[in-house]
Amino acid sequence: MAGYIARRLLFLPIILFFVSLMTFTIFRIVPGDPVVVMLGPKYRPEVAERLREELGLKRPFLVQYGDYMWGFVRGDFGESFIKRGVPVRDLILPKMWLSARLAAAAMAISIVIGLPLGFFIAHKQGSWIDPAIVSATLVIMAIPIMVTLPVLLLTFCTKLHWVPCSGWTGGFDSRILIPAVGLGVIGVAALARLMRASTLDVLGQDFIRTAHAKGLSPVQVDRRHVFKNAMIPIVTILAFSLAGLIGGSFIVERIMGIPGIGGFFLDSIFQRDFPVTMAITLIGAIFFVVANLLADLTYAYFDPRIRYS
Amino acid sequence: MAVRELNAVDVQAHRRRGHFTRAMYRLLRKKIAVACIIALLIVYSGGVFAAWVAPHDYQFQDYNVINKGPIFVTDSGLKAFWTESHFAGTDRFGRDMFTRVLWGIQNTVILTIVAMLTGGLFIGVTLGLLSGYAGGKVDAVIMRTGEIFGSFPDILLAIILAATLRPRIVQWVRWVEDHTFLDDLVKSGVADYVVISLALVSFGWIGMARLVRGQILVLKETQYVESARAIGASTPRILFRHLLPNAISPVVVSVSMGMGSMVGVEIILSWLGIGIQPPRPSLGLMLFEGGVNLSILRNWPWLLLAPGIASWLMVLSWNLLGDALNDVLNPRTR
Repeated sequence: MAGYIARRLLFLPIILFFVSLMTFTIFRIVPGDPVVVMLGPKYRPEVAERLREELGLKRPFLVQYGDYMWGFVRGDFGESFIKRGVPVRDLILPKMWLSARLAAAAMAISIVIGLPLGFFIAHKQGSWIDPAIVSATLVIMAIPIMVTLPVLLLTFCTKLHWVPCSGWTGGFDSRILIPAVGLGVIGVAALARLMRASTLDVLGQDFIRTAHAKGLSPVQVDRRHVFKNAMIPIVTILAFSLAGLIGGSFIVERIMGIPGIGGFFLDSIFQRDFPVTMAITLIGAIFFVVANLLADLTYAYFDPRIRYS
Repeated sequence: MAVRELNAVDVQAHRRRGHFTRAMYRLLRKKIAVACIIALLIVYSGGVFAAWVAPHDYQFQDYNVINKGPIFVTDSGLKAFWTESHFAGTDRFGRDMFTRVLWGIQNTVILTIVAMLTGGLFIGVTLGLLSGYAGGKVDAVIMRTGEIFGSFPDILLAIILAATLRPRIVQWVRWVEDHTFLDDLVKSGVADYVVISLALVSFGWIGMARLVRGQILVLKETQYVESARAIGASTPRILFRHLLPNAISPVVVSVSMGMGSMVGVEIILSWLGIGIQPPRPSLGLMLFEGGVNLSILRNWPWLLLAPGIASWLMVLSWNLLGDALNDVLNPRTR
């Protein structure tokens, strides 16, 4: 196990090196000069020149990259091009924290509803309940979130007045309900389907028959043997569903007027605010890679066959 | 499953056909799968032939019908029913929503099919074959590259590429315009297509390459491949004649599932304003205009529902079809 972890950890910085180099290159080769965006259409060439000098944009590419990365690993993400003098860290960390809370709420909803649902329908294989719920989850999963959210809003705020309509005051507030439900619903369907497949897999194993044969009650078999084993593959999927949440949160944040990281990221791309875009992309990639790594390690811990392949 | 009595002829016919053909016959016996195929055929041909099918011009503004709900003209013959009705209402410029949805579907259809053919099938399958069969350094390079691309959440990569590459691609398209006999390329929106396809391809190939590689790793150890090599079959022959056909089942399933998610990503991109640019209609942009303001949804719900139903139908049909394909092609996982 130690060797496996070491191998995986060793590979982590290498991936991140290439990811950062790729991102940095993309933003430097694209047309669109941040200086022009900053100064507006009418600017004096001398001013632009001086600004380029100040921002360090005239240095060789690799020097810029090295300098940026050296700062990055020490936790200094540079200063924003657009909001001059404000460290990128102070700009993005609060917004990331906000989006993370929203994602966590959405994921909690998916897990709490999706896993038991999947577990339940796996036990109903052969009856009409199983295909009915599976089809229903597919039907719900396919509704685009840009339709779900406005419809939810219209129903629950404008018509029924159950929750406030938009805005954001913090995590533990009824305002988080609609965006979290809108985002979470997609995950419910995906998780229920995966949990069903995984449970069916376990139910077909010999040790389940043994458990029944040695006289355990069905509830105990479910609790002690089926559920625990069915959960193992789900762990790896949770990391991936994080990626789905990111895509959805771009849309949710914009519709709901939540000042999260998604909208800020898009703005930074359009304004050519390289340091902000770089920092968000890199932190996102680190999160994603680490989440996947953790998932793999958990998987390898529970299922030793993985380690040796 | 119902036990069906097979007579001797039937059995022979079954034996002669391959696994794939038999699976397709099983697929056609599934009602849901057939319904999905029909739905996809209708939606896709409606989109592809939008220029001929659509009852109106997508830019034509009729100021008599602004923000009107569905209108059906039933009293003056079949032709008038098609060309004068507004099946899905009209938008705030008096443009026919049904027509605009058809054209929006066309964009989505072209983009997702192009991205799937080039990224998923061509690049993904080729790299997967290479990686699995060659092994060693080739395998390491391809798989590590995949890992780097895969370490961006896919939507993030697509957004970065779609938002930054456009000006450069427009430059290239201008250059092509100037140096060849092709005109009006920029106006036709080719640049948009290239940008979005690139964005979709950027992550589309990884899953497919991994899938094919995994299949090949198992298959190349089988005895029939060994015997093919022993009688001196060339590498391309082993790859395309022996390995690929046997690895095709999971590829088909993953194409079907992948089409659903590509449709989703394309819609998100144009929703965010970095996909197909107006005045060309796109489903994403229509969803944005219809859903971003609640008063629009309250008063003129068809503006959101018409494009919403179209995209829902596409994603749902691909996913259901993928499920059905998985059932018939990989019976073990049933």
